[in-house]
Amino acid sequence: MTARTRADGPAKVTGAARYAADWRHGDGVRYVALVTATIPAGRVTELDTSAAEAAPGVVTVLTHRNAPPLSEVTEGPYVHGLLPLHDDLVRYEGEPLAVVVADTLERAQEAAALVRVAYDRTDAVVDVDDALDKAYSPAAAARVDSSVGDVPAGLAAADVVVERAYSTASRHHSPMEPAATVATWADGELTLYDASQGVFNVRAVVASALGLPKERVRVIAAYTGGGFGAKGFIWPHEIIAAMTAYTVGGTVKLVLTRAQSFTSHGYQPATRQTVALGARTDGTLTAVRHTSVNATSTYAEHLELAGDGTNSMYAAPAIATSHRVAPVATILPTPMRAPAEGVGMFALESAMDELAYELGVDPLELRLRNYAERDPSTGREFSSKKLRECYVEGARRFGWAGRPMAPGSLREGRDLVGWGMASTTMFTARMPASARVTIRADGSVLIEVGTQEIGTGVYTVMPQVAAEVLGCSPDQVTIALGDTLLPEAGMTAGSSTTASVGSAVRAAARALAGKLASMAFAEGGAPPETVVIDGADVVLSEGPVGRISLRDLLGQTGAEQVSADGAYSPDDDGYTIKTFGAVFAEVRVDADLRLPRVSRITGVYSAGRIINELTARSQMTGGMIWGIGQALLEQSVPEPALGRFVSKNLAGYLVPVNADVHTLDASFVEEYDPHSGALGGKGIGELGASGVGAAIANAVHHATGIRVRDLPVTPEDLLV
Amino acid sequence: MRDFAYTRAGDTRSALAVLDPAAGTGARPIAGGTELVNLLKERIEEPDLLVDINGLPLAEIAAGDDGLRLGALARMSDVAAHPAVRAGYPMIAQALELSASPQLRNMASMGGNLLQRTRCPYFRADAVLPCNKRTPGSGCAALGDRGQQRTQAIFGGSDHCVATHPSDVAVALAALDAQVHVTGPAGAGVIALADFHRLPGDAPERDTVLPDGALVTGITVPASPLAARSAYLKVRERASYEFALVSAAVAVEVADGVVTAARIALGGVAPKPWRLPDAEAALAGVRADDEAAVRTAVEPSFAPARPLPGNAFKVELAVRTVVRALALAAGGAE
Repeated sequence: MTARTRADGPAKVTGAARYAADWRHGDGVRYVALVTATIPAGRVTELDTSAAEAAPGVVTVLTHRNAPPLSEVTEGPYVHGLLPLHDDLVRYEGEPLAVVVADTLERAQEAAALVRVAYDRTDAVVDVDDALDKAYSPAAAARVDSSVGDVPAGLAAADVVVERAYSTASRHHSPMEPAATVATWADGELTLYDASQGVFNVRAVVASALGLPKERVRVIAAYTGGGFGAKGFIWPHEIIAAMTAYTVGGTVKLVLTRAQSFTSHGYQPATRQTVALGARTDGTLTAVRHTSVNATSTYAEHLELAGDGTNSMYAAPAIATSHRVAPVATILPTPMRAPAEGVGMFALESAMDELAYELGVDPLELRLRNYAERDPSTGREFSSKKLRECYVEGARRFGWAGRPMAPGSLREGRDLVGWGMASTTMFTARMPASARVTIRADGSVLIEVGTQEIGTGVYTVMPQVAAEVLGCSPDQVTIALGDTLLPEAGMTAGSSTTASVGSAVRAAARALAGKLASMAFAEGGAPPETVVIDGADVVLSEGPVGRISLRDLLGQTGAEQVSADGAYSPDDDGYTIKTFGAVFAEVRVDADLRLPRVSRITGVYSAGRIINELTARSQMTGGMIWGIGQALLEQSVPEPALGRFVSKNLAGYLVPVNADVHTLDASFVEEYDPHSGALGGKGIGELGASGVGAAIANAVHHATGIRVRDLPVTPEDLLV
Repeated sequence: MRDFAYTRAGDTRSALAVLDPAAGTGARPIAGGTELVNLLKERIEEPDLLVDINGLPLAEIAAGDDGLRLGALARMSDVAAHPAVRAGYPMIAQALELSASPQLRNMASMGGNLLQRTRCPYFRADAVLPCNKRTPGSGCAALGDRGQQRTQAIFGGSDHCVATHPSDVAVALAALDAQVHVTGPAGAGVIALADFHRLPGDAPERDTVLPDGALVTGITVPASPLAARSAYLKVRERASYEFALVSAAVAVEVADGVVTAARIALGGVAPKPWRLPDAEAALAGVRADDEAAVRTAVEPSFAPARPLPGNAFKVELAVRTVVRALALAAGGAE
């Protein structure tokens, strides 16, 4: 493991880094304000834009009556599906009904408020609990229902069965940077500066919707101010910005308000889960069943694969998971850090804790007794797994040994102290990627790859990957990213970027080293390993040349620089590829006031090779903080009468602040995964956010004796 | 937001002249702007003219034998940092420092703090929702069967509104019998802080008794031996930067371990800082370190509470908060 501080740190803290809405100021820029539906379902019966059109500074007002026709999106991940301003139907509160374009933001917003809308509202439910009777099996993905062995028989044979219901709340990503798109239509070309986790996907969807060839659409995202999934798939505002620029010409700027950020892209849906565990008295699992229902929209499907981690977690002879979706009248839910296991491991790991208490077995010992050496659902080997080491090292760092089992047995002053733990796991997403690496005569190296920096450290890590191959300092390597003119890469999602894009960068760097070797050896070539870049020199470990300056080497060809391309494409070589970890949490609950506070978390992770221990540690502690939010604070509460979320602001939707965050101890076990990609590493961005909720809820139980099965844990849950 | 004009007032008299409803200017005063700008953005306020009063000589912070004098334009952070406030009126400093964020406290004025409006999510919404405080006659969504009620009042609400007042420092000030100094078209006057905020009744749109066009000019806190032995306890889910679920300001006088006098006000539970005079009286003679006895003295004052189905827990939480705050106040000066 190496440590490198953030290459883009100074740009970010000085404001030099330019995010989407930072582009294109000044004369000629027009501002877009959205008029959105205030009912959850129905039909618009009146849409009077006359006052808005007459308001000062207004350029135009687009509605379904006068918006340019759009094409059904046939390319790119437009899972939302609905074309904006397409008809007079309302399918969710917050759906765009009109687009006001004006010469200043304030004038656009003021005019938007002058648009008069009347509705014919139809009945709709927005709370998943009101939709459970309409839950159905989603058409969408694999592993909707999965089973191995005979679960009913396993439960029947068990000495102890724990069967419990758990729930997680609707959550909103709430990145610091709201989604924003600056669109320019000029000379038959469309350029978007977009707050995005996937510029190529934006290009595909927008080009498809507008009926433009992809080559005439360019999407740029040099910096994205947090995504967490909100900016992963494509949402209507991106099409609206493009469509508006296309209609009025020139540049338009659309920045979602914070309130619109609660209704203009997806959110993590509420889940209702059940877990049944059967075990023998020694703790050996005989059967595991995990079911989940998640909210989806009425017009498209989002499946939260909450039980997917359960399929591979413990060595039970019988495991069944099943998933259903229940339609509510909100915008389509979407992945949010951490999806799937991020909500599902709360249920499984809470149930494991409950089983430990039923059996009187230490919760960590129970996990060790059911350790899965192979993937229990498929029989496959794991590509790499050092979870046992995580348990041991995590317990050592946390001081788990000697923990008294009985709830309420640790007390300091007025605080009830509790210790809880949980396993964590995440799937490993891998995506195709391509990259180009160029070296110039002065020794400077440029990586070009159309990936995105959403705060995860791409500007820092990719130079390390190239430098490792070339033998040079990462400080002489820069990266250009976030532009559809660059070699194509996938979404920054599913914790995939370092492993996937890094593998492409590594391949390109190796190809470049090979080219340099060939140039130096003239005939016959030499393997890339023989090349080391030392400043502006090439040092060759074989052959007669020894050391030659890049200028001299390139001078032979008359070129100023030399480039090479590389690509990565994931393949299935028969292994289950996942990441793992062990999370230990300490909470303190005031004995009278019953406020749960997290005093420390220890997480030890098995995630393959770690490229940069500093940025990796930041990812894990950031994930832990997300877990604190999930466990204790974050929930978007549906308001059935109004058909919306109660609060659409950060005063009503609580995320942790510094005062909520105390000691966070994140570390990794040494590991190299030979099957995950070219780097030996796996994704970590979501791993840190998974398992924390259960560890905290288990610690709350240990502190208070109260088992909270519905996140977030609130003071009133503990008020006895 | 709607276009508005802006003017800077050079003195109080000219500010009042512009703000006088009779002048027909549609003017509103702005000080720190930490509240009014929010209300402008949400279109809850739509003035034609903003009168910047930051130039008025109302930023005094002074402590003397007669008590504490705080100008309406004194910034929350300056009051909280003032040595005389910290030493003589600790719960005022505590209440201020537990409010908002440092950035907001650096801007927000004491007068504006008293005049901030409820944080009820229906009032503050991005859209106009049923809310009698925001749109009189439109109803109260919080009172619906599945309305959001956990942040609403358990004391002092009406069938028209159950919103709470969000100020922390007003709670401490109410406990210490502070007075609000105002001046307006009808001249200057003094209003007890405990009477400054209104109960909603059937007119929740009016938060305070401050006459239209009038300004808060200052706050005075009478000298009191209790003030130095006081504590403000704020109970909230998030450890910082959140409004109170429940809070309590308690000041006590203790002799030989026994309470001889007490002042108690609650926050987060009513449309105004909620004094508990019966509990104050009942605490006399109770041992300050006997939490069970303190609870016994305090608990009957919660019998009049009228919680909603969604916030019944706040009654018990408030009782415990008072008991703990009293322990902190009594212990704090020992």
